[in-house]
Amino acid sequence: MATSNPSVFLLTVNGQIEGADFPEYDNLYCKYCYVYGHDWAITTGLEEGITQITCKSSLSQTLVWNFPLETSFKSTNPSGWPQLVVSVYGPDVFGNDVVRGYGATHVPITPGQHTRTIPMFVPEPTWKLQKLTGWLLGRRPEYTDPKVVAQGEGREVTRVRSQGFVTVSFHITTKDMKKMGYDTGPCNLQTAASVDQPCTF
Amino acid sequence: MKDTEDSEEDSGETLKRTLRAQRQRRRRKLLEQSSVKESQHDDEDEEEVSAVQDQSVKEEPAEKTVALRPPSGSRRGYSLKPLPVSSSQKLDTFVTRHLEEKLRAARFKGESLQQEKEVSADPASRLQSLRGRDRVTRFDRETDSVKAEEDDVSVALSARVKFKEAAKRVNQGLPTANEAYNFFTFNFEPEPAEETEELRRKKRKQKETTEKDRDEDEGEEPEEDDKEDSQDPNENQSEETRLVPTEEDLFIIDQSARDFLEVKKAEYVGVKKRAARDSELLFTPSFRKAPTSVKLPENVKPRFIEDEGLYVGKRPSVSFTNETILENRLLKMEEGLEWFGDDGRILALPDPIKESSTRPPLFSMEGDLNPAIQTVFRKAQKSKYAADPEGDYQLDVEVFGLVFSHHPLFSREHVLASRLCQLYHQYLTRQQNNLTGHLTDKLNGLRNALGNMMKIHREESLTLSLQQRISEYSLEVRDTRQLRDSEQEKDRTLLKNIIKVWKEIKALREFQKFTNTPYKLLLRKENVDPASDQQEYEEEIQAEVMELEAEKEEDYQRSLAEYRKQLEEWKLWRKKQKAKRKKKKKKKKSQKLEDTTEDEDEEQEGSELEGPEDGPPKPQPPERPDFDAIEQQVKEKASKIRRKPGEAVLIPVLSASGNITDSELCPRVEVSRRQEVLRHSLFIKILCNDKKVSKTDSRPLGTDFRVHFGQIFNLRIITCPQSINLQVFEDTGSSSSLLAQVFVPAPEPSVVTGSASLEDFEFSSNQRVMFDHEGVGSDVPLSFEADGSNKVVLLTSGKLTCGVSWGVGDDDVPLAPSASQHPGVKHSGLGHLDAVTSIGASGLYDMKKIGEWAKQSRLDPNDPKNASIMQLLKVASSGEVTAPEYFRLEHLQEEFNFVTDEELDNSRRFRLLRLRNQGVKEFRNYKFIPALENEISDKVFQEYERRLKDGETVDTREHLDSHRALVAKYLQKIQESVMNRLLFAKHRFLLSDLVVEEEIPSIGNKVPVLLKAEKLDSLEHPRQNVRERDRADVNHMLKILGINLFKLTEPKRPLKPQRKERKKVTAQNLSDGDVKLLVNIIRAYDIPVRRPQSDKAGQSSQPAIHGSDWYLNQVQVRPFVEVSFQRTVLQTTTADGPNPSWNEELQLPFSAPNGDYSTSNLQSVKDEVFINIFDEMLHETGVNDKERGPSIHTQVEKHWLGSVRIPFSTIYSQSRIDGTFKVNTPAVLLGYSKERSHGANSGYDLLRSVSEGAFITLFITIEPQLVPGEPVREKFDSQEHERLLQAAEKFERKAAKRYPDRPCITTVIDLNGKTVFITRYIRPLNPPPEFLEAFPNNPQEATTLVARFVSLIPSLPDQVSFSGVCDLWTTCNQFLTLLAGDEEEHAVLLCNYFLSLGKRAWLIIGTAIPEGSTAYVLTHEQSRYLIWNPSSGQFYGQYDTFCPLQAVGCLVDADNVWFNIQEYASPMRMSFDVSKRKLWKPFFSGSFPHPGLSSVQPEELVYSRTDEAAAAELQDRIEKTLKDKIMEWRPRHPTRWNRYCNTTLKQFLPKLEQSRGQDVAEGHRHELQRLLGDYRISGFPLHMSFSEIRPVIEAVYSTGVHNIQGSNVEFALAVYVHPYPNNVLSVWVYLASLVRT
Repeated sequence: MATSNPSVFLLTVNGQIEGADFPEYDNLYCKYCYVYGHDWAITTGLEEGITQITCKSSLSQTLVWNFPLETSFKSTNPSGWPQLVVSVYGPDVFGNDVVRGYGATHVPITPGQHTRTIPMFVPEPTWKLQKLTGWLLGRRPEYTDPKVVAQGEGREVTRVRSQGFVTVSFHITTKDMKKMGYDTGPCNLQTAASVDQPCTF
Repeated sequence: MKDTEDSEEDSGETLKRTLRAQRQRRRRKLLEQSSVKESQHDDEDEEEVSAVQDQSVKEEPAEKTVALRPPSGSRRGYSLKPLPVSSSQKLDTFVTRHLEEKLRAARFKGESLQQEKEVSADPASRLQSLRGRDRVTRFDRETDSVKAEEDDVSVALSARVKFKEAAKRVNQGLPTANEAYNFFTFNFEPEPAEETEELRRKKRKQKETTEKDRDEDEGEEPEEDDKEDSQDPNENQSEETRLVPTEEDLFIIDQSARDFLEVKKAEYVGVKKRAARDSELLFTPSFRKAPTSVKLPENVKPRFIEDEGLYVGKRPSVSFTNETILENRLLKMEEGLEWFGDDGRILALPDPIKESSTRPPLFSMEGDLNPAIQTVFRKAQKSKYAADPEGDYQLDVEVFGLVFSHHPLFSREHVLASRLCQLYHQYLTRQQNNLTGHLTDKLNGLRNALGNMMKIHREESLTLSLQQRISEYSLEVRDTRQLRDSEQEKDRTLLKNIIKVWKEIKALREFQKFTNTPYKLLLRKENVDPASDQQEYEEEIQAEVMELEAEKEEDYQRSLAEYRKQLEEWKLWRKKQKAKRKKKKKKKKSQKLEDTTEDEDEEQEGSELEGPEDGPPKPQPPERPDFDAIEQQVKEKASKIRRKPGEAVLIPVLSASGNITDSELCPRVEVSRRQEVLRHSLFIKILCNDKKVSKTDSRPLGTDFRVHFGQIFNLRIITCPQSINLQVFEDTGSSSSLLAQVFVPAPEPSVVTGSASLEDFEFSSNQRVMFDHEGVGSDVPLSFEADGSNKVVLLTSGKLTCGVSWGVGDDDVPLAPSASQHPGVKHSGLGHLDAVTSIGASGLYDMKKIGEWAKQSRLDPNDPKNASIMQLLKVASSGEVTAPEYFRLEHLQEEFNFVTDEELDNSRRFRLLRLRNQGVKEFRNYKFIPALENEISDKVFQEYERRLKDGETVDTREHLDSHRALVAKYLQKIQESVMNRLLFAKHRFLLSDLVVEEEIPSIGNKVPVLLKAEKLDSLEHPRQNVRERDRADVNHMLKILGINLFKLTEPKRPLKPQRKERKKVTAQNLSDGDVKLLVNIIRAYDIPVRRPQSDKAGQSSQPAIHGSDWYLNQVQVRPFVEVSFQRTVLQTTTADGPNPSWNEELQLPFSAPNGDYSTSNLQSVKDEVFINIFDEMLHETGVNDKERGPSIHTQVEKHWLGSVRIPFSTIYSQSRIDGTFKVNTPAVLLGYSKERSHGANSGYDLLRSVSEGAFITLFITIEPQLVPGEPVREKFDSQEHERLLQAAEKFERKAAKRYPDRPCITTVIDLNGKTVFITRYIRPLNPPPEFLEAFPNNPQEATTLVARFVSLIPSLPDQVSFSGVCDLWTTCNQFLTLLAGDEEEHAVLLCNYFLSLGKRAWLIIGTAIPEGSTAYVLTHEQSRYLIWNPSSGQFYGQYDTFCPLQAVGCLVDADNVWFNIQEYASPMRMSFDVSKRKLWKPFFSGSFPHPGLSSVQPEELVYSRTDEAAAAELQDRIEKTLKDKIMEWRPRHPTRWNRYCNTTLKQFLPKLEQSRGQDVAEGHRHELQRLLGDYRISGFPLHMSFSEIRPVIEAVYSTGVHNIQGSNVEFALAVYVHPYPNNVLSVWVYLASLVRT
């Protein structure tokens, strides 16, 4: 297994979608998927998933999913580093399932444990009237594809409203990255000494 | 403070309190006597308490009478407020603290005791031994103990001692084994294991009694004990664990406390006593400052670093008393001296505290605020800290006034007066400067110095240096004299001029008889003493003459010396010459011997020789200077430039005191001038940075042409002004005009309002002004002479007096920008030292100059202000900075290049990444570009490079025709450019691309379907994705809203569900196998039927009379449908009869090329769906197998009957195809006849008879539904008029709104990507002349021929070639050149031909099957409308059921566009009369007439004749290729070609071409039958237009002729290529299979 000349490096993401903080909403569930570049592939694990519906407890106002993430990627190129896209849905007043937030974050590049709090947002209706009808009919504006939030292109045409936060914890393990010339280790003195090795493009 | 402390006391404290009460008395005693020396720890504690103690001691007397509180339980502290007993509690706390100290001391003692006990390690013994030991320890301690000095403790210890010791042991920590042993084995005699309360009480009492007994000497021990009880619940517990093993300890204590309550008289300790004791115990640092000597080590003098010039930061401010207290405290400590610095003060770091508070005070928002902290409203003002370079500056511009030196309204007198003024002013200035006097003095001084020097050194010989000096002096004298002379001359002329001008004025005044100006010139005479003056004058002249003489003399001497020198040289030369000559002479002499004439000869020769020898000329002796002349000159000069001796000194005084003649006395012209003057007024606008800032009041122009403003403008600015401009405006009643502009420089920052002086700025204007009155005007020649000569031109000019300075703020700070921001001073570090003034602004960029300057000005290198310049100099001096001679924008770029560009270019990986990023076709979807260079093989690029190379070469093999190859290449290029545009457009998003939103319900139907590209379909909420299609065509918004609201109430799972639209899938998430093509074959009509083998010719026309019998008895045909797509072939079951019904669904997998399911790639899929109808024929061949017996072999043959081809791109863009299509049946089907089915339904029959051929009903779609590519939203540039474009857009939008399913096109995009109005495409164009000639008498034939020609031009859907990006329309000549185009091009060409043929023709924009949105041609002939399909050349009547045109959107002709606003769009149900405005909405109408758009089409088309030979060659090549292919497709069987049949078929084909495949079938069959009687022939001719060979092969393959198996089958193939003009080729392929029967 341990080859001296690896042709790919591996990135293992373990973690949890821990929970969310949506002060106004309850009974939410969350979907996640990864967005990554051409040179990336998922070797094991779920590429996308959906959590259970969670309710707030009387004591705590946070929504807890504790939904595990376990995915391994392989890649040859750090460009297109995986991004975790989460979208939260839940029923509105009339029981229609509407989106409560989209958010994305890059999978941390440094090995180790990380916690990310992702701010969530939803697209805004173009018209006030649409807002009303959308509210009445439970058809709020949604992204054509949740993955849109992981890309920069075309976002300028949208207007969004911020909603809440989703907390995700990651445990990142990488393999062979250093061998291929990418040092993503934490930036402390210990590793700084070993950075000197030549960086091949 | 104490109260709060008390209230916070914990339960332990309360407990203590309960116990305390009863012991108060005892404690007093103790307090008096306690003289415990305590350890250092305790010392500290004591200090803490000291203050408290003080207080409580004072209060002591008052508390004496305080009644003791009965304890009320352990929790009393919680319930009871401490208020009523505050004083006692104070006392309590005090006491408690004190006791705590004691306890600590006692515990210590106990510990030492313990230790000793361990040492002694006595066995368990009784009280006695214990007592004894105790005593020992006491003694021991006295000797051993270091810290504590104890009083004698009496021996009288009861059994409690044991307990105490044990407690101490416990306190100490973990007991040793020995201790434990002791603990458990001790027999505490008086206390049984389970001590009852009584016992306990007894014990306490006992204790007390013992205490009493012990009296005051040993109050300590019991005190300790009590203390222990009260100290802490824990301690209590530890005590009790021993005493009372039961866990009710606290309770017990409570109980016991109550039991012990004892009321006693308050005790009093005297104040003095207490103070004395306190002073022993406590240390109170004094408030007095400790002497410095104490604070320093001995024999050290205080040293003040500050005085030595070292920097000492500011000490934090500490109040004096606090500091002294701290000092005293420190001094008390052993190592306290370390805290003092050299100056004898406490060491302190510089004050870290900011002067101002960083945190603003907080105010509560509600309620009445303290008036002191009430907020005050202040107007918002720009923060000074907000923007650094900008500030709050104030520029004071003072406009004092202006004086005209010339003005158009000047009279002549004014002109002279102003000149006089100027001269006088000049004179005054000169007087002030007094240059003449200064120079005269200097001259005198120099002369004296020279004279002295000469006098002193007269006797002695002059040294060289002295000589030098003297000559220098004399030189100086000469220069000075000359200067003085010129100045004097100037003075003199000025004076003369003044007088002259004054005289002129006087003359003028006299002449004009009035006075305009108040000026008067007085000449003050200052008489001088004529004698002295004369003397001075003479002396002066004398001195000058002397000097001049001396100079002349010197000159003379010098030139004389020169002369002599030259003379010497000349003489020398002469001598040489003579010597030479003498030599010659001697020679001559010896020859001639003539001595007598020697001298003469010599002379002669000399003169002779001199000329040619060119020696130096004989110098002329200098002339002696003429001293008389000098004197004369000097006198002359003096008389010219100086006043004559004795003459009075004239001092001109100009005064403005004269009277101006009143207007009444003046002539009319003058009066009008004066009136004009009065009308004028002036004002000045102030512009700062070219923005008008302010304006002065308008002031009238005075008669003296002086205007006084006297206004000061305070300009509040935030940036240093670049320019300050004062514009002088002249206001002449109605209008004002700009007279001149005065640019005032921005003042130096140091110039502030107080110190600024007014300055004069001259201005002038070259405006030409002329008047008809006395005013002289401006820019007008003016003469003062009577004869008009000596003209002068005067321009309006004047002086503006103003001052600009920086304002001064309230705090005397100049509101000026710092020098660094001052324009002109660029270098920040230099501002204050004013380097600019010393070396000039340009010098700032010269390092050397700066360096020199820095040295000269002795810059302090340590001054932080100079840090930048020192740094600069340091760098400069090291010589590292060499200014490059070029300029670079990104000069740091190179540092970031980690590899060179070449390396980067050579890197295969980088190249791959780059190509992928560019979206190059081959690499667009390249996954996993290897991480390392060496893992990328060159093969990756091979294909790409080959394609690049192929771009240049033309592959004729593939195309068979060079022309077509070129066209193909051209198309490819266009495609590329369009693709690039598409790629660009793809990155522009609309909201709808990103956000799915409930559309505002304007048009009811077509609710956008949510697109979700997830695989989580099942997980999703159904409502989210599936949208009901609102079929109601309701326009009103609110109505729809209502309906939508109504939907809320509808059941979630209705009993009769409505049809729901399928989910559309964006393409990117698909992979191979996900997409399927669904083909529903429903039924077919009019399949050709078999013709009986034995048929005779007569039977061919089978009459309908045979009726149903015949129909029923005969197996006419057994058709089945085979669908082939991407080489996947599926077939239906076999049905019976010519009108079969299959109703079968076939699923064909679809795979996109390169696995790329992106929209653009899918659109460019060129694959076609072939739907072939076959007839299944069973042949039973009996084979007599001798071994097995007779058996019957059934041989299945399939005979191709016809096909329908539907391009995938059509399906993709239409998303579904539903309808009845005409089957392309070959013109001749050997063995089959196109008999009509003669059913009972005669009416249907009748309808059918209109059309010909077979039909098939199909439904094709893609599963899942793919999102078709959107048309490019790019706005193409256009040459059309903007108004037209807007109208077109509006027209289309309106049309789309009302009839969304009717296509409406008004503008199209031409090949250059420009928007063109559609009518420009319509223009009559000549068809090829051959067609017209072919049927000169039959226009109908010509029409069909033309249609056929058009249909023969290969069709290439735009969607394929341009990836559905946009519909490009080519003009007809482009179309004919490209020989490829889609329906629109065909339709346009056909329409144009028809128009040329004199028909009424329109272009129909509509929808048809299977093309979708397309273009047809409509002609109006003989009162009926014909609809032409340009791609097939077919025409249909308006009421033809099988007309593929389904809906008509709009009609286009050369002049107008009509949109169909009829109820129905189907051609059958509508009227084509465009003149009816109710039915057709014209684009150009009365309100917007046709602007006369010229056509984009050429005037006429030029056709080239197609090379027949080339066609023949192509024919051969196709035939050969096809034959090869058929053999290739039959790898297992031999393919025999029936040559005879081949030739026969070949003969048929031209005939077919001629007749366009009609009505020749019978002839064929018969002919073939005759020729090949014993063969069962099945075959057919295929006809197609020619573009490439590939489609031909595909078509042949799809017929499946090659599939006929059998040993005795033979094939026949014939190809005919008929050339039409312009390389349009009609290809016929005749295929037949022959089976020998």
